[in-house]
Amino acid sequence: MAADSLLPAISRFHLDPPLLTAVLILCAMGLLVLYSAGGQQMGVVIGQGVKMAAGLGIMVGMAQIPPAQFRRWAPWSYAIGVALLGLVMLHGTGRGAQRWLDLGVIRFQPSELMKIAVPMMVCWYLSNAGMAPGFRRTLVTLGIVMIPAALIAEQPDLGTATLVAASGLSVLFLAGVNWRLLGVGTIVTAAGAPVLWYYMHEYQRQRLLTLLDPENDPLGSGYHIIQSMIAVGSGGLYGKGWLNGTQSHLEFLPERSTDFIFAVLCEEFGLMGVLLLLSVYLFVILRGFTIALAARESFVRLFAGSLTITLFIYILVNMGMVVGQLPVVGIPLPFISYGGTSLVTLLASFGILMSIHTHKRLLSN
Amino acid sequence: MGVSLLLVIGRLIKLQVFEHDRYKTLSQENRLKIVPVAPARGLIYSHEGVLLADNRPTFSLEIVPERTHDLPKVMRELRELMTIGDDDLKTFYRSVRKKRRFEGVPLVSNVGEEDVARFVVDRHRFPGVAIVARLSRYYPRGAQLAHVVGYMGRIDEAETKQLDTSNYSATTHIGKTGVEKSYEAMLHGRVGYQEVEVNAEGRVIRVLKRVPSEPGRDLHLSIDTRLQRAALQELGAKRGAVLAADPRTGAVLALVSNPVHDPNVFVGGIGIDEYKALRDSPDRPLFNRALQGMYPPGSTIKPFVALAGLDSGLRTPATASWCPGWFSLAGQRHKYRCWKKTGHGHVDLGRAVAQSCDVYFYRLAHDLGIERLHAYLSRFNFGQPTGIDLPSEASGLLPSPAWKRKSRRLTWYPGETLITGIGQGFVLATPLQLVTATAMLANGGRRVTPRVVSHTVDRRAQTSTPVEDPAKAEAPFIRAADRLQIVQSMERVVHGSDGTARTVGLDAPFRFAGKTGTSQVFRIKQGQVINNKNVPEHLRDHALFIAFAPVEAPVIVLAIVVEHGGSGSEAAAPIARRLLDQYLSADTTEMRQVGGG
Repeated sequence: MAADSLLPAISRFHLDPPLLTAVLILCAMGLLVLYSAGGQQMGVVIGQGVKMAAGLGIMVGMAQIPPAQFRRWAPWSYAIGVALLGLVMLHGTGRGAQRWLDLGVIRFQPSELMKIAVPMMVCWYLSNAGMAPGFRRTLVTLGIVMIPAALIAEQPDLGTATLVAASGLSVLFLAGVNWRLLGVGTIVTAAGAPVLWYYMHEYQRQRLLTLLDPENDPLGSGYHIIQSMIAVGSGGLYGKGWLNGTQSHLEFLPERSTDFIFAVLCEEFGLMGVLLLLSVYLFVILRGFTIALAARESFVRLFAGSLTITLFIYILVNMGMVVGQLPVVGIPLPFISYGGTSLVTLLASFGILMSIHTHKRLLSN
Repeated sequence: MGVSLLLVIGRLIKLQVFEHDRYKTLSQENRLKIVPVAPARGLIYSHEGVLLADNRPTFSLEIVPERTHDLPKVMRELRELMTIGDDDLKTFYRSVRKKRRFEGVPLVSNVGEEDVARFVVDRHRFPGVAIVARLSRYYPRGAQLAHVVGYMGRIDEAETKQLDTSNYSATTHIGKTGVEKSYEAMLHGRVGYQEVEVNAEGRVIRVLKRVPSEPGRDLHLSIDTRLQRAALQELGAKRGAVLAADPRTGAVLALVSNPVHDPNVFVGGIGIDEYKALRDSPDRPLFNRALQGMYPPGSTIKPFVALAGLDSGLRTPATASWCPGWFSLAGQRHKYRCWKKTGHGHVDLGRAVAQSCDVYFYRLAHDLGIERLHAYLSRFNFGQPTGIDLPSEASGLLPSPAWKRKSRRLTWYPGETLITGIGQGFVLATPLQLVTATAMLANGGRRVTPRVVSHTVDRRAQTSTPVEDPAKAEAPFIRAADRLQIVQSMERVVHGSDGTARTVGLDAPFRFAGKTGTSQVFRIKQGQVINNKNVPEHLRDHALFIAFAPVEAPVIVLAIVVEHGGSGSEAAAPIARRLLDQYLSADTTEMRQVGGG
């Protein structure tokens, strides 16, 4: 397709060229790092490429749906999501934790759906009233967020629960938070920390303790963090070079193609590679906020904002975990980590962002 | 949000820029491992070049559990193919749990050649099972040189503490006795290593650097295996020791302690019962009589006492003593008896040695006094280690009043001086001390240190280094005229018509010198008459003989001890004659003069 016929085609399919370009760059970087992290097996890369293609298809599909439609679906998708989470509790499968719902043909992770459904529901609820939410509405919002988050945390999947909760609460923040309430909330949370500790699984407590002092148990739970920090630190400014990471290739690094793939990037491409990746991410995030700001209607504006914040949290939590600032929770690095589930969700939310942007433009046109 | 992003970036800069060096080192330490490579141990050869200690491949059957599909099935099929004991299986399963899955676990440690062959044919049926060859020590001559070469065994805990652990990091065995022990440092060589890259499991990914090990030096002994074998055959079933040395250099030509043991059983690890049997045998085959057996030297000490008489000026060769068959100290009624009850009558030095007259030496010892006797015999190395290059040498015992005061808290009695003069009483000597003392007499009075290793060879550089005798350069400590008198008297022992060993000197194609000795194992009471033949064997006298030949220019000295053999002239002297005959026959003499120079 020639360049002059490409642009009209893109806008006809409700795609946002800057966002699409950034997403494709991220996907390419992801495959590059994955080839190294996955032990230079072309099969892994092709498999991930297929998932990316499927995700991009879903993104394009989502971009065709007018934003008003999302608004209509919000309560239903939320209700169905919570119901499915309940079902997972009863009949779920998975190693160690119950996260999957076996539908015969495909296995489905309802918690992924909630990463979009929860912020969508909160946007729907808060946008109905306009203005900053008061005490009662804040309380209801917290309820909307915490019920699925609690169900997911119970699976247990602390990473996704955190993400779901953060994405829902980000809407509250965007809608105009009551600072007094936020202060009270902080105090309540701080007071509730011991209670939270009580309800945590042993391995979750261990992760928190390990984070505070990884050298305390260098061969046990601290091993992963130490090895990850060694990978990052040994990369230096310019890295050891593509395919030359010893920490990853010699299997010192845990989960090197999934949750800890960022460490591989740090080791092989150094700080320069990291800054390059971060600048692409930043571009995407700024684009997301631009789209949110340009939106006219409050539901759409909140929704676009919260999806962008969710992406930002994704990145922060994963990187924080790899460099040893945050506890080890299972959150992948967007577009880079191996795995299809969260990639599909992410691309779907990008489709939504594009839909919001292009349909508004069509309207104004 | 921006703040949290800055926190992450700040952390990245801290790790990747400011702490980069530290993490770089850590990642290197993670992936690099040093794997030691054992050096090849030096070989040991006899004087004529016979291989005495070899490194032989032994085969062990090893299984890598990770690479077998069905371990119990593999085990069943292997047991059909070859002999695998229940103990082997038990040990195997125990070590499987300790090792990593990709590491080989030994199943059978010493696979016989037939089993190796059978396995090799069927190897394709057993993925993950392999025959692994390792070098282990083998002594082709077995027991014949066990007391010289020694043997190797597993490094034990006490040895671990003293070892250079890095040099021994790839080594499991160490010399325990013999030259294997005394030359351990030379034989061992220098460990090599490989720098390898390992993964998190510790599996070797590739070799980055190789520093080859340096093989140990080969040892060339002065031992002549033909003489060694002959001496062993001469002793037969008798317990005892035979030592032969070159008086010019101190080079040991034969070192026999009978009975012997097979050193090979120790290398693979000897069973407890087998070891107990060896250790507790009344014949004590592990005991090195040549170095550690302490015997009363008996009359073999007389030439040295006689030399002390000449050296001190108390006797001339012509000075005669009257032997009525006994000797008494002034004012004492106790009679110190001569072995010849009827007495020797008038005896001068020549006759005293030739006929081994006890009374002559009682009187001489009395005249010398214990201090002078002690000082003179010390010069011949009695009462102190010879310094041979073998471990665990006993120092014997040369008594003195000071020694008796210290060890027994008793004063010295004059009578004890008398019996010291005939090599009885407290005085004890090892066969090695006897041969060393005789060598000093034979070589004209120069100190020698006996050596079993003549030179060491660096196999790669093709260079040979002689083992130096530290005492070689010293000047003679006896006068030539005195020595001649003693040598002549000892010659008379075997060649004279009145010598105690005159039968062994008959028809000899060479002239040699000797001295018989018969040392009492238990004390005869005053006035008791004993016929040695009627005494139980373990109470019979030890038979001793020292000799050197040819008298004009001695090239070989001998010291022979036959435990409970009876008289020295009957049990020990004939052995000496036959060994000298063999050694001095033309072909070996030639060789010896080239080799021993």
